[in-house]
Parts: sequence; structure tokens; C-alpha cells
Amino acid sequence: MIPFEFDYYKPATIQEATEAYCQLEAAGKEPVYYGGGSELISMARLGNLHFGSVIDIKAIPECKVLEYDRDNQLVLGSALTLSEICESKQFPLLEKTAGRIADHTMQCKITLGGNLASTILYRETVLPLLVADSRITIAGKDGIRDFPISRIFDKRLNLPKGSFVVRVSTEKGVVGSPYFHIKKTRNEKIDYPLITVAGIKTSGRLRIAFSGLLPYPFRSIKVENILNEFDDETVCAMEVVNFLSDKILSDINGSSEYRKFELKNTIINVLETMKDV
Amino acid sequence: MFCLKGKSLITINVNEEDYELLIRPSDILLDTLRNQLGLTGAKPGCNNGDCGTCTVLVNGWPVKSCLMLTAEAVGKKITTVEGLKAAPIQKAFIEQFAFQCGYCTSGFLMVCHALAGIHPDPPDIVIDEWLQSNICRCTSYEEIGTAIRTVLDGKIE
Repeated sequence: MIPFEFDYYKPATIQEATEAYCQLEAAGKEPVYYGGGSELISMARLGNLHFGSVIDIKAIPECKVLEYDRDNQLVLGSALTLSEICESKQFPLLEKTAGRIADHTMQCKITLGGNLASTILYRETVLPLLVADSRITIAGKDGIRDFPISRIFDKRLNLPKGSFVVRVSTEKGVVGSPYFHIKKTRNEKIDYPLITVAGIKTSGRLRIAFSGLLPYPFRSIKVENILNEFDDETVCAMEVVNFLSDKILSDINGSSEYRKFELKNTIINVLETMKDV
Repeated sequence: MFCLKGKSLITINVNEEDYELLIRPSDILLDTLRNQLGLTGAKPGCNNGDCGTCTVLVNGWPVKSCLMLTAEAVGKKITTVEGLKAAPIQKAFIEQFAFQCGYCTSGFLMVCHALAGIHPDPPDIVIDEWLQSNICRCTSYEEIGTAIRTVLDGKIE
């Protein structure tokens, strides 16, 4: 049971959603955009989050789109569930990544936009989008705007107040690139990551992004330069570990030393796997 | 725009029947099913989306009803274990002794029923992935796996 009252709005258009947000905000109704809702309900139930109204974006057609547009961009609506993305088999790396978030039944509720905007630090669906240089479309009081994901996502989704993610777009050529995804957890298969790496190889170069290693997901050009410049896998892995060393998380899931050990082995694994690809 | 402000009258479809209900927008589907409709097959467990004992089907897909607002169910087809009505998976659970205390059973039944409908011929990895959504503290996992496989293999009518 959620221990407070709120109002529920389900707009059918982007304009209705942003207008509702502005009106509710002005009326002091503390609106939040609502996708799958699993995190909002969990946090509200525990008293960690309070809101006065929710704006459910699942009836907005642009937020449910899953198709290639005329520019050969794969367009994924933010209100698609992770299982809809997985079942579509359109974006193999995102399918692999989304398929390891929470459990299968939760994947039928968690949405792409919800995971990107999560307050929990892992936000693993961003990893494929970061390495694919996807573009992200947001809607707010200033209208609908399109950005490279690297401009909107720095450690977390940084949206202007009152905005929400409508869709993400990714080039067809990048979507089909050879990829890798490794998720290591402390114990159970279904758990938050000790370390998740996801990446692609395009134009002969590896791109890589991480979750669970630092207190936020990230892609590092410096790490990619190391991966693409050294021939020896072990030397390369140690260079990456040394570069990230003083920032690596140490928490109940694993000490920083253990994460460094896993990082080194994971990098070697990636390099060996992708060498001849 | 569809909106609910305060206590409101809505219609939801559960097990092929429409129900008119007075709900609060903050009501959780699990509570509505149990307390307003008397459908107590979906069980409260962790109330946090971890255990799967509250699983119902929404348009044929498994969803944990403890993490769904009742308001979200408007326009959807909800199926609870009461709506299965002697489905093959129920017979398979009995034949394979796929339960002990039975508290998790309705959740597992819903996941298995959905799997058989959506992926009639899944590889083992898909079966494992779907079943990992639910927890059985009596550890009947082996028997539950056997039960769903007998249905998928067509050994249960």
C-alpha cells in the first residue's frame, strides 16, 4: 500500500503530457512522469519518495514506437518495456543488456525510459546507447528536442525540469555491430552488477561502457584508447585498472580490490573474445 | 485525457469479466484484486517485486501485481490464477508434485501459463529465465521445471 494519495493522469499526446506537468507543477501537485512505475511504487511504499500526481506516458504513441525511420535509425520509445525490446530482437546488445536487468517478469514492467532515469546507480540500459552514440529525444515546456546521448547523460540522466524522454534513436549500422556484454554479480544471477561491461567493435575499434564499477554508469574514451592501443591483453587490462583505480566502488556487493580483480579478468576476456572479430 | 482525481469509479477486466470499482489512484492492483474482488489467488509476499507470488497476466504477459497501480489496469485484460480454469499447467503441477506449502504456486502457474502461450517451444535458457522471476522457499524448482516441460512437450492435454 502506498501511504499517501495522488492523482493519476494518462495523456494521449506529448503536448497533453507536458501541459499537464506545467499545470500540476503550478498548482503545487508535485507531478512526476510515470513509465513502468516499479521504482516509483517501491520507493513510495517505503516512504522514500513523495509525489502529488503521476503522469503516465504509456498511452503516448511516440513513446511506444519500435521501428526504423526513414534515416535508417532504429527508434525505440521510452515507454517500451524491456521485454518488448528483448522480444523484438532489433538491437542485439540492448537485448542482451536489458535481458539481465532484474528478472523476466520485472522486464515486462520496467521501461527503457524508466531504467535510464532510475535513481538506482546502475541504469544498465544506457550502456549500449552510450557506445552506439545514440540520440535521445526529450519533450518539455520548450518543445521536443533531440540530443546526442552524451550531452544528456553524464553519470545520470540530466533532463530539464518538466521534461521526459520520448525516444532514443540509433544508427542501423551501429546497431548491428559485433558486440560483447558481460555482467558479474556477487552471487545470484539476478542481482545488481558487481561489474557490467557492454561494448561494440566498429571500424576496427572497441567501444566500451561500464556499470557497477563506479557510482554511475559511464563510457570512457581514455579507456577505449587503452583497449585499442596495447597489444598485450594483460598489460592493457592493468592499464585500465590503474586508470580507474582510485574511483572504483567499494560496497556491500564487493570491495574495490575485488572489483579490480574482476575488472582485470573481464577486460582480458573482452580483448580475447573480440580480437578476431 | 484520462485522469483519476481522488476516489474514482473505473472499469477493469479481470478473468474475462468487467468490474466497476471505486478506487484511489494510489491503489495497488494486488490489493484491489484481493480486497475488492475477493480474488485471493495472487498472494502478497515481499510487496517489492522480488518474490513473484503476486504474479498475474496483463494482456497475456506476467506482471507482479504488487508493483502495478490499479489505474494502469484500465483497458487491459487481467488474468489471475482463478481465471486459468483447469489449464494444462495446473494439471502438470499436480501430476509432478510441483509444490509443497503452495504459497508461491499461483505465481509460478501464471508465469508458466504465459510462457507456454508466448513461447510454445522455448529453449531451456528461456524457460530458466522466466522461472527465475519467482521464488519457492520450499525449493520445488526441479518439479516446477518438470511440470512446465511436460506442458511444453504436449504431454498434458
